[in-house]
Amino acid sequence: MSRPNAQINPAMVFNTTPEAPQKKKYCRFRKNGIKYIDYKDGNFLLKFVNDQGKILPRRLTGTSLKYQRKIAQAVKRARHLSILPYVGDQLK
Amino acid sequence: MAAKTKTTKANVVLNNYESVIIFTPVLSEEQLKDAVSKYRNLIKEEGGELVHEENWGLTKLAYPINKKTTGFYHIYEYKASGDFISKFELAFRRDERIMRFLTTALDKHALIYNQRKRNGEFNQNKKEKQEAK
Repeated sequence: MSRPNAQINPAMVFNTTPEAPQKKKYCRFRKNGIKYIDYKDGNFLLKFVNDQGKILPRRLTGTSLKYQRKIAQAVKRARHLSILPYVGDQLK
Repeated sequence: MAAKTKTTKANVVLNNYESVIIFTPVLSEEQLKDAVSKYRNLIKEEGGELVHEENWGLTKLAYPINKKTTGFYHIYEYKASGDFISKFELAFRRDERIMRFLTTALDKHALIYNQRKRNGEFNQNKKEKQEAK
């Protein structure tokens, strides 16, 4: 069985576009001054999981370590409350 | 903006907490109101202070819980002493109407966020986020 979604092209999803693949990634929380990540906001958290529902690594999203920890915490809380699935298929 | 902790007359430190409860969807509107007010009263009886309450209504779950695919989400934001939480959660566990719950302590950033959300600054926030995408 092939898993077509296991490999994601970060350039397609995040801060960089295919036209400008060299553009530097940045932490969206630092840039926008977001201090708190709401675990009740499922739509926002969707940006940090792949379509299987796995948390995306920092190297793809560009998030700083401080906020990556908060994202992980928020996603796990959201999963417990059935706001995000533990296992998903075609989430996006 | 209220301070993070507050000292009452009895010198009890009140912390900020938030509890999200998922009620089973088989409840009627009245039963739900009953259940919701039960916990509201419990907070007040135990010397807590209800800050905010939110009801999402019947919401679809991301995965089935107890073979139900929907649930009533209810959120309490309150100030209480740390001892209260174990009592509160014990009551949740004993209640068959509750399918799932989560209590979190709120830090100062969460308090500011919740305050802003209540004041309706949230949509503005969302726009900023979308621009950042």
